[in-house]
Amino acid sequence: MKRTHIVILVAIAIAIGGLLMLSADFSTYDTISSAKQKQGKYVHLIAKLDKSVPLDYDPAKNPNYLSFTAVDSLGGSTKVVYHNTKPTELEHSERIVLKGKMQGEVFECSEILLKCPSKYKDDKKQLEKAATTN
Amino acid sequence: MQFEGEHLWLGELGHFFVLLAFTSSLLSAIAYFIASRKEDIAEKFSWIRFARVSFLIQTASVLTVFGCIFYICANHYLEYFYAYKHTSKELEFKYLLACIWEDQGGSFLLWSIWHCILGIFLIKKTKEWEAPVMTIVSLAQVFLAMMIMGVYLLGTKIGNSPFVLTRNEINGPIFSRPDYLTLIKDGIGLNVLLRNYWMVIHPPVLFLGFASTIIPFAFAYAGIQTKRFGDWVKPALPYALFSACILGVGIMMGGKWAYESLSFGGYWAWDPVENASLVPWLILVAGLHTMVVYKATSHSLRASYLFAILTFVFILYSTFLTRTGILGDTSVHAFTEAGNAMNNLIKTFLWFFTIGGLGLFFIHYKKIPAVHTEEKTNSREFWMFIGSLVFFLSAIFIIGLTSLPVYNKIPYLKDLIIKINGGPLALPEDPEFAYNKVMVMVAIIIGVLSAITQYFKYKNSAPGGVLKKIAIPTLIAALLTVAITFIYPITYYKQGYGYLGAIYLALFATTYSIIANAAYIWSGLNGKMKGAGGSVAHLGFALMIAGMLISAGNKKVISEDKFKDFIIPMGIDPLTKQQDNPAENMNLIRQVSTKMGPYEVTYLHDSVGKESNRRFYNLLFVRKDAATKKIQESFILNPDVYLMKDNNMSSNPDTKNYFTHDVFTYISYALNPDKNVDTAQFKLNEINEGDTMFYSKGYLVLNKVIKNPERNKFNIPSNGATLLADITVVNKDSSRYASTPMIMVDSLGISQIDDTVYAQNLFVKFAGVTENRKIKIGIKESDKMIDFVTIKAYIFPYINLVWIGLILMAVGFIMSMLKRTNITGRLYTIALVLTISALFYMFLLAN
Repeated sequence: MKRTHIVILVAIAIAIGGLLMLSADFSTYDTISSAKQKQGKYVHLIAKLDKSVPLDYDPAKNPNYLSFTAVDSLGGSTKVVYHNTKPTELEHSERIVLKGKMQGEVFECSEILLKCPSKYKDDKKQLEKAATTN
Repeated sequence: MQFEGEHLWLGELGHFFVLLAFTSSLLSAIAYFIASRKEDIAEKFSWIRFARVSFLIQTASVLTVFGCIFYICANHYLEYFYAYKHTSKELEFKYLLACIWEDQGGSFLLWSIWHCILGIFLIKKTKEWEAPVMTIVSLAQVFLAMMIMGVYLLGTKIGNSPFVLTRNEINGPIFSRPDYLTLIKDGIGLNVLLRNYWMVIHPPVLFLGFASTIIPFAFAYAGIQTKRFGDWVKPALPYALFSACILGVGIMMGGKWAYESLSFGGYWAWDPVENASLVPWLILVAGLHTMVVYKATSHSLRASYLFAILTFVFILYSTFLTRTGILGDTSVHAFTEAGNAMNNLIKTFLWFFTIGGLGLFFIHYKKIPAVHTEEKTNSREFWMFIGSLVFFLSAIFIIGLTSLPVYNKIPYLKDLIIKINGGPLALPEDPEFAYNKVMVMVAIIIGVLSAITQYFKYKNSAPGGVLKKIAIPTLIAALLTVAITFIYPITYYKQGYGYLGAIYLALFATTYSIIANAAYIWSGLNGKMKGAGGSVAHLGFALMIAGMLISAGNKKVISEDKFKDFIIPMGIDPLTKQQDNPAENMNLIRQVSTKMGPYEVTYLHDSVGKESNRRFYNLLFVRKDAATKKIQESFILNPDVYLMKDNNMSSNPDTKNYFTHDVFTYISYALNPDKNVDTAQFKLNEINEGDTMFYSKGYLVLNKVIKNPERNKFNIPSNGATLLADITVVNKDSSRYASTPMIMVDSLGISQIDDTVYAQNLFVKFAGVTENRKIKIGIKESDKMIDFVTIKAYIFPYINLVWIGLILMAVGFIMSMLKRTNITGRLYTIALVLTISALFYMFLLAN
C-alpha cells in the first residue's frame, strides 16, 4: 500500500463515511405504545391485524384508502390508515410490519410488509389445516 | 401400523445417498489435503487418484439424491413432505423443477450440483493446482451435504432431510389411518407468485454464479498452501471472469423477474436479498481488476488475495442473511427460518471459511510479495486499483446498511443501539434513497475511471499522450449529455436539485465511459475485437447504469390523477421533498374509458385462464392525438391475477414493450367474482332485425347484425370471425345508449362477449341465431355491484438500455475469459454466438 493510495483511500472513506453520517436518519422498530410517544417520527411497528374490529376498505369508492386496527404483543392498539390498495393477504398474515408515522391517535402508514404463512409454507399449523380440510 | 400405498424405499435410497455424498466428499477433501502436502510425486498422485474417485462418487450421489427428489415430486408421492409442500397435480412440467428449488434443501442441492460439475471440470483442467483447489471445493461439498442430512449427531440435529414423511411432520387425525394417502388429494403446490418462467431459469443461473465464486477462493488458498504466492493468479483469472459473468447475469435475471412479474414496480429495490448477492459480485469485480494489475505489473497481489477470499465469504454471508430468517422484518422475499438445525449449520459454514480464509491470509500476509515502489499516478495500474477500491468500499457500504437487522441481534451492540437510536435500528423512511445517494457517487467515479483508465499505459504513460487521446471522447460525451439534458431531461425532483445534479453527473460519467470505451476499441486497439473484452464489458456496464439512471429517473406512474401529461412541467414544487403521492391506484369501471397519462384506458372484459383461479383482465390502451382525435396508438394488455378461495390474490403484470419505453400495468385489486355472484338471469328474446324488446326502464331496438365488423372501431380483441349485434337502448326518459354484444369464433372456440350498459344496470348478450334465422338476444337487469378493477400503471422509459447493457457486459466478460484461456478459431466464435443469442433471447425476446 503506497502513500498516495492511503491518502486517496482515506479521502474516499471519509467522503463515504460523511455521506453515511448525513444519511443517519435511521428509523426504529417500535411497539405501539412507544410509537405513540414519538408523534410524527417515522417508525416501524411490528404488529398484528385486530380481527375483532372490522376493516374498512371499499375499493369501489376509493381504492387508495384502507383503515384497520393493529395490535401488538404488548397489548397496544391503534387505528391505521393506509393510502393504497389493501394488501391481498392482509387478513391472513400472522404478523405485519407497518412503516409510517403516528399522527395523534392514528398511525399514518406508508408501507406494509406482510409475513404470510402461505408465502414460503413453512408454517406447520397452516399445513395441518390444509391437510385436514382436504 | 402399516400404512398403505407409501413408497418408502425411495426416501431410504435418497437418504443413503445423502450420507454417501457426505462421507465421500469428506474423504475427498481429506485425500486432496494430504495430496497437496506430499512432496513425493508417486505418493501424491496415488492420493489424488483416491480423492478423484471419492469426488466422483459424491458427484454420483448428489445427482442420485436430486433424481430421487425429482422422482418423488414428478409422481406426486404425497407421503413425502417435500412433494406435499411443493407440488400439485395441475403444475406444468417446467414448474416441477421450480418446486424443487423453492425449498431450502432443494436450493442447497442445486448449489451442490454446480460444485460437482465445476469440480469435474477443475479436475480435468487445473493440473498442478488440482490438489489444493479441490480440497476447498470438496470441503464446501461436505457442508452442503450436511445441510440436507437431517441426522442427529451427539444429540444435535444436523441439517434438514428432504425425505421426511408428511405424517411425521404434521399432525392431523387422518394420519392415524392406514389409508391416509387416499385422503390427501393433492399437494399444496408451488406458490402462485413463483409460477413464472424466471423461477425455472433464474435460480440455476444464480446458483452457478454462487458456486463458481469458490474457484478464485480455492486458488487463493492454493497460492498460500503451495507457497507459490503469485502463481495462482493466472490460472484463476478465467474462472473469476466466468464467475463475474454468470453471477452478474443471475442477479439481473432476478431484476428482470422482479420487474416483469412480481409487481415490485422496478428491477431493483435494494431489497436485502438483492443486495446480498450484489455485494459478492462487486468484490469479485474489484478482485478481477487487481488480478489483472498483478499479472501486468506485480502490484496489488495482497489485494487480489483479500478480494478473492472476501467474495466467497460474502456469498456465505448472503446465505446466512437470506436463509436464517434474520431478515424477517426487512425483506419481502427472504426464506423464513428453517429451525436451529439449519441456522447453526449455516453459521458454522460461514465462520469456517471466514476464519480459515482470512486467518491464512493474515498469517501469511508478510510473505505475500508486494512491490515497494510507488505506482505512478500516470500509470494504468494506479487508476485500476483506485477503481477496485471504490467498488470494494461500495460493497462494504451496501452490506453495512443491509446488515442493520443483524446489528439488532448482537449482544451489547444491541443495547448500545437502543440507547443511542431509541429503539432497534431500521432503515430510513426512503430506503432506496439511503443507498442511491451513495451509489450515485460511486457511479460517477466508476464511470469516469472506466472511461479514462485504459488510455493510460501500465507502469508509465507518456505525458500528454493520454490527454490528447481522451480529448475527443470527452468532448463528445459532454455534448451528448448536454443534448440529453435538453431533449430528454431527467425529471426526478423528489430529492431536490442537489441529487438531480448528481444524477446528471452520473449520466455524464456513464455516457463518457460508453463513448471512451467505444473509441478505445476503435483507436486504442485498432478494432481488434479479440482483445476488446474489457472495453466491451465496461461499455456494457456503463450503458446499463445509464439505462438505470434514465429509466428510474423518468419512471412515471400514470395511474394517478394528477399526471395530466407525460412529463411533469418544470417548477412543480420540486423542493417540497414530500413523499410521492401514494394514491397511485385507479379504478377502471368496466367499459368506461378513463384518462391515464397519455392514454385512455378501458377495462373491456375479463376471462378465465387454463389454471384454476386465474383470471385475465382485458385492458385497452388508446392514445389519441390531442387535436385531431385520431387514434395514434392502441394496444391491449392482459394482466392477470390468481384469486384464491380465501380471498388471497396474486397479481401478474403485463407489459407493452416498445424499443424506447415500456408501458407496465398490474391489477392491484380485483373483485372476487365468487363473492359478487349475480343471481339475476338472462331473459332470452328471439327477434329479427328492426324488432324491439322491453326492459323495466324502457326498450331496446336491434338495429342490425354486422358480420365481421371493422376491428378498430369496436375494439375486437381477436382475429376470428365475429357477429355483432348493433342495439340501441332507449330509456323512458328518452336517453339513448348503444350496445354491441358479440359472438366470436376463433381458434379457442366460440365465445360470447356480453355488453353492459352500466347506466341502466343492463347486461346484453348475443346468445346465438335460431334455425329460422331469428336472433337470440339475452337481457339481464342486475342489482349487482358494478364490475371494476383497480390497476396501477407505469411508463418505464429506455429500460431496454439496461438489458442491452447487461448483455454487452456479459459478452465482454466472456470475450476476456476466452482470450485468457487461449481459445481461438471456431470454438471462440461458437462460444460467443451462443452467449449472445442466449442472453438476447432471455432478456429481450422471451416474455
